[in-house]
Amino acid sequence: MEVVKDLILRIADDALMIGHRNSEWTGIGPILEEDIAFSSMAQDKIGHSQALYNILHEEFQMNDPDHLAFRRNVKDFRSCHLVDLPIGDYAFTLVRHFFFDHAEALRYEALCSSSFTPLAKLALKFKGEIKYHTLHADIWMKSLTLNGSEESKARIQSAVNELYPYALGLFEPGINEQQLIDSKVFIGEAALYNLWIQKVKDSFTQFNLIIPNVADNKIQYGGRKGLHSQYLSELVNEMTEVIRTDYEAEW
Amino acid sequence: MVNEKIIDREFVMNILSKVMDPEIPVISVVDMGMITDVIINGEQVTVKMIPTFTACPAIKLMQQNIYDNLLKSGLSQVEVLIDKEIRWNSDRVSEKGKKLLEEFKLGTPATHHGNVTEEMISKSKCPYCGSENTTMNSLFGSTLCRSTHYCFDCKMKFERFKPIA
Repeated sequence: MEVVKDLILRIADDALMIGHRNSEWTGIGPILEEDIAFSSMAQDKIGHSQALYNILHEEFQMNDPDHLAFRRNVKDFRSCHLVDLPIGDYAFTLVRHFFFDHAEALRYEALCSSSFTPLAKLALKFKGEIKYHTLHADIWMKSLTLNGSEESKARIQSAVNELYPYALGLFEPGINEQQLIDSKVFIGEAALYNLWIQKVKDSFTQFNLIIPNVADNKIQYGGRKGLHSQYLSELVNEMTEVIRTDYEAEW
Repeated sequence: MVNEKIIDREFVMNILSKVMDPEIPVISVVDMGMITDVIINGEQVTVKMIPTFTACPAIKLMQQNIYDNLLKSGLSQVEVLIDKEIRWNSDRVSEKGKKLLEEFKLGTPATHHGNVTEEMISKSKCPYCGSENTTMNSLFGSTLCRSTHYCFDCKMKFERFKPIA
């Protein structure tokens, strides 16, 4: 069952980190609606991570969700580098949101038929909620490219160029990926990538955006093995600032 | 048995229908479709419930409110559990619930039978004047379950309870 644990940890850690990054827009969004949108999506993502950690706790006797979120060492997280990155400007956040949420929506779609039932049930629930996230990303990508100015188009393309090697890092296979596929728990990262790239290509044709060429050795792998940049240390440090003052406090 | 009262499903549901959703305090947990089962075994009453959204911050509060209200009505052995077998979707809101949402000036979720389309998400009847001539401002609103809209006829901004599959 180690492979199932590893898969759930990857998904949960991604959701926790992107949720925390989304929440950094609370109070500083470019317009009120976007402030609220990123805050709401943050709430969804962190709720999803909590529900996933809860499976690990209940089905695999791992620590409780708060412990998994706030008391692990940085090297024990399995999030991809894409979600660890600081928010940057709005174009950067939006493009990351587009890349990440379409991958996540397709992942949950695939997991709806997982042979691991607790995960399949959650995936079905999350799928309905994530629809609002992908729709949000699509509306704004379209507004700032097709219906945007020269400046907004250039800024979105520049964010795409910068983020694409990280987006590809999302699909870094976990441990014994083939075992997950054989046991019909998950279709695997390679199959997920194929679904995602088709979606990205279709959208980019519509938005007049170019997918950059990325050499294999430039793909940002490592997160799924616990190798992270300083950005994750900084994020975890900030996220745990309150709990570290008193681990036993009751809320 | 409580002072000759018969503890049956109707008795329990009647109490539950007075426990309100803290974010929309005119609609009960029953009309919101959050109650999935009531099991009565002698004096032991078990209520099973589900949150609307996974990340609903009010679920523990609602569990506690249900528990407190059942105890107040004279029951002594009560448990309120989260039902993992059933997931909430907006079709679970009762017809009465939808009427209450409208009276609360929230647009109502379109019935979707499991398939929420983009059109269902963006089109909402104005809860102020009933006009269909409206537009969606944002997919998100003041709580996770709401989107924000604008009515071209009565010029009101309004929120709408989202259709969710």
